[in-house]
Amino acid sequence: MKKVSGNIFLVLIYILLYAPLLVMVFFSFNEAKSTSVFKGFSLKWYSELFSSANTINALRNTLVLAALSAVIATLIGTAAAVYIYYCRSKAWKNTLDVVTNIPMMNPDIVTGVSLMLLFVFIGRLIGAKESLNFMTLLIAHVTFCLPYVILNVLPKLNQTDPHLSEAAQDLGSTPLQAFFKIILPAIMPGVMSGLVMSFTLSLDDFVISYYTTGSSFQTLPLLIFAMTKKTVKPDMYALSTLIFVTVLVLLIISNIIQAKSEKKERVGK
Amino acid sequence: MKKILSTICALALIASSLFALSSCGGTVSILENPRAEYTREYEGTTLNVFNWALYISDGSEGTFDVNSAFEELTGIKVNYINYESNEAMYGKLKSGAVSYDIVIPSDYMIERLINEDMLQKLDFSKITNYDLIDGKYKDLFFDPNNEYSVPYSVGMVGLIYNTSIVEEEVDSWSIMWDEKYADNILTFNNPRDAFAISQFLLGYDVNSTDKTTWDAAAEKLMEQVPLLNDIVMDEVFLKMEAGNAAIAPYYAGDFYTMYENNNDLAFVYPKEGTNIFVDSVCVPANAQNYEAAMMYINFLLEPEIALANAEYICYASPNTAVVNNPDYSFYGDKLLYPSAEEMPKTEYFHDIDPEIRAYYEKLWEKILIDLNM
Amino acid sequence: MKKQSFLQRLLGAPYVLWAAIFIVVPLLIVVYYSFTDSAGNFTLENIKSLVDYKEIFWISIEYSLIATVITLIIAYPFAYIMSRKRESSQRIMMMLVMLPMWMNLLIRTYSWMNILEKNGIINNLLAGIGLEPLKMIGTPGAVIFGMIYNYLPYMILPIYSVMVKIDKSVLEAAEDLGSNSLSKLRRIIIPMSMPGVVSGITMVFVPSVSTFYISQKLGGKIMLVGDAIEKQIQSLYNYNLGAALSLVLMVMILLSMALMKKFAGEGDGNLYV
Repeated sequence: MKKVSGNIFLVLIYILLYAPLLVMVFFSFNEAKSTSVFKGFSLKWYSELFSSANTINALRNTLVLAALSAVIATLIGTAAAVYIYYCRSKAWKNTLDVVTNIPMMNPDIVTGVSLMLLFVFIGRLIGAKESLNFMTLLIAHVTFCLPYVILNVLPKLNQTDPHLSEAAQDLGSTPLQAFFKIILPAIMPGVMSGLVMSFTLSLDDFVISYYTTGSSFQTLPLLIFAMTKKTVKPDMYALSTLIFVTVLVLLIISNIIQAKSEKKERVGK
Repeated sequence: MKKILSTICALALIASSLFALSSCGGTVSILENPRAEYTREYEGTTLNVFNWALYISDGSEGTFDVNSAFEELTGIKVNYINYESNEAMYGKLKSGAVSYDIVIPSDYMIERLINEDMLQKLDFSKITNYDLIDGKYKDLFFDPNNEYSVPYSVGMVGLIYNTSIVEEEVDSWSIMWDEKYADNILTFNNPRDAFAISQFLLGYDVNSTDKTTWDAAAEKLMEQVPLLNDIVMDEVFLKMEAGNAAIAPYYAGDFYTMYENNNDLAFVYPKEGTNIFVDSVCVPANAQNYEAAMMYINFLLEPEIALANAEYICYASPNTAVVNNPDYSFYGDKLLYPSAEEMPKTEYFHDIDPEIRAYYEKLWEKILIDLNM
Repeated sequence: MKKQSFLQRLLGAPYVLWAAIFIVVPLLIVVYYSFTDSAGNFTLENIKSLVDYKEIFWISIEYSLIATVITLIIAYPFAYIMSRKRESSQRIMMMLVMLPMWMNLLIRTYSWMNILEKNGIINNLLAGIGLEPLKMIGTPGAVIFGMIYNYLPYMILPIYSVMVKIDKSVLEAAEDLGSNSLSKLRRIIIPMSMPGVVSGITMVFVPSVSTFYISQKLGGKIMLVGDAIEKQIQSLYNYNLGAALSLVLMVMILLSMALMKKFAGEGDGNLYV
């Protein structure tokens, strides 16, 4: 009985989480150019997608940016987490902790504007024609992803046995070897969730991007946000539906693969 | 956990192949009979165009793809970026951190940009199609000597209402204060437009520098705000189409978009007068590809291109080659092109003194905050 | 502890540099702008004019606190039930929690408008069973709901992460020693999941209190402090007042976080994901 009510609760929450996505999918098949009045089934918004260079371009920009910033943030962040973990000075460690928390505490709009002001200032200093460009956007994204990587990796480091890498070094491995052979595999799940979280955050961000992007790089959220004088057409719903289905299929496939390999491992043992 | 990495790799792969596919597919739009002459002198350069979203015919739904036609003709790559309001565009330009070659702001914003030396003069000897612009959109207040801007699109605000709820004859802004329609009324989510309605109703100048008139308009708004269903920009489409609200001020051209989805909607220009705007093409002072910009402006004026844009945007065109074209679907349309006797009283927004601007913004904010309580 | 080697310094250098330039300096810029006027002279005007905004600060906090509490009430049992499932189902369930976050926030919020509107899906369903329509869009409830919906995964995630780590054998041992479910919950599960709860609260409260998109779309005329900041910066270009508003918001957030951590007695500043 308890189990059943628990399951009902889970299902209800999932319905809540997916309700707007269902609406989105539904209206993406709308024949009318409306996201509130449904007039009949049509696939036209899907074919529309591929005829609009503006949309495709924005989608590509978004993915490129998210992938790059996630990878860079993960590299720097993981190194930083290891550094913080081994840091001996308590005061310095605390300082770093506080600094790391700042981008998470700051409202997005403040992070965006303050970074913009900084870039404009630096741009004037070095006499750049355009102080905002793809690089500044990338820097901004890495900046707000970094804390999430660090805070994902640190707990994993805390769980590792500090004596393990010492033991490895006592047995003659260099610190570098010890790091790659012992520590890295142990913290890998944290690194990976940091990466995925960064990717997700970067994908969805528009406020910070809004202030830090240059004149030639528009991401999808920026494009959708710019439509607020006219209206968001169902083609955006179609695009989101496609992204949704793609991600879903990929996740299902990777799950099946993983389940199979786990089974094999178990059989092997 | 490795699965996630592979997921991302796979996602990136699929996405990139998607682009490879899409870039070779799709029909190419070509301008058949150019009126002016175009060279390929600037082939390989890039033109950064900063425009309102959904404000150019982009090839969707079988329309003409203006930017790709320009690329095809001149070999210049068009980088097309969007903004959602004049204020947002101004902020971006003012920061000095970006350079665009083309911007398409509205009248009052052009006035401000000129006053602040943020635009450069156009070389009209290269814009040979300029003669197509209707005389009534030349010599306007924001560019009295026609040096900085070329009109692109014209719109007027009117009242959109749902005849299944509002059965009476509508001809005045006062209906937006009618308690019968409480929770059915929408207004603009920006103070300038919201105040303007109150000012028209009270008979005040929308460009007044007298604070007391703004106070009076604010007082009138205070009476209205409790009756409002919502304050909106783009949400107006959603709300009016689905009948979630019955009365809303918006632009004539957008009414047609909504009407397509809800035939109960009607449109009227209130008798007290209304706001008219002209969006014009300009070149910012720090533009980097001036010559290509001239070519692009000339291209936008081409009868075929201007027609495609007018059909797409649904606002009135300042281009005589479009207005007088019998094949234009809004040819002789009464809302977009009212005849002299049907023309409502209209007023342009002028760039307003920063002090007054801060003043009415503060009033608006106060109205909203008080309402929260 | 080992000595800090050159290698470790090398590892930390990029981040320390990055954090100094792109986190600390922008923060100083915010402080600088808060205490200067547009000409760059020192002033307290911005701080003084914040008095006008005390109401919206208050309702922003109120709404986001309510949202955070409800999110916690939903997420906690959710994470608990999930953590007791088979491992393979856990993976799929977690994935399904994260998936909606890959969709654009703007699009999701737009869809909610369709559902919550006067003639929206919910009211149509209510009409179908003969009930009165509800007014949802434009009410504080809709804003709070928007916050809950958008940030629920951020609460589930960290709580779930700590829950799965609670050793089943500990629970079994407790049962053997005669603990009933209630005392099991009170003595073991709640204390052990506290770090996850703390980071979940942070991750929900912070974005909620500074949001502006959700309040604009779902809240209609309701104005939150995020809206006020956006307005100052976006349409008035008053970076100084915008910065002052943000500074206060930030200090407020930091204080409440510190208070919460003290109150919860736990939380080591780590994010449990």
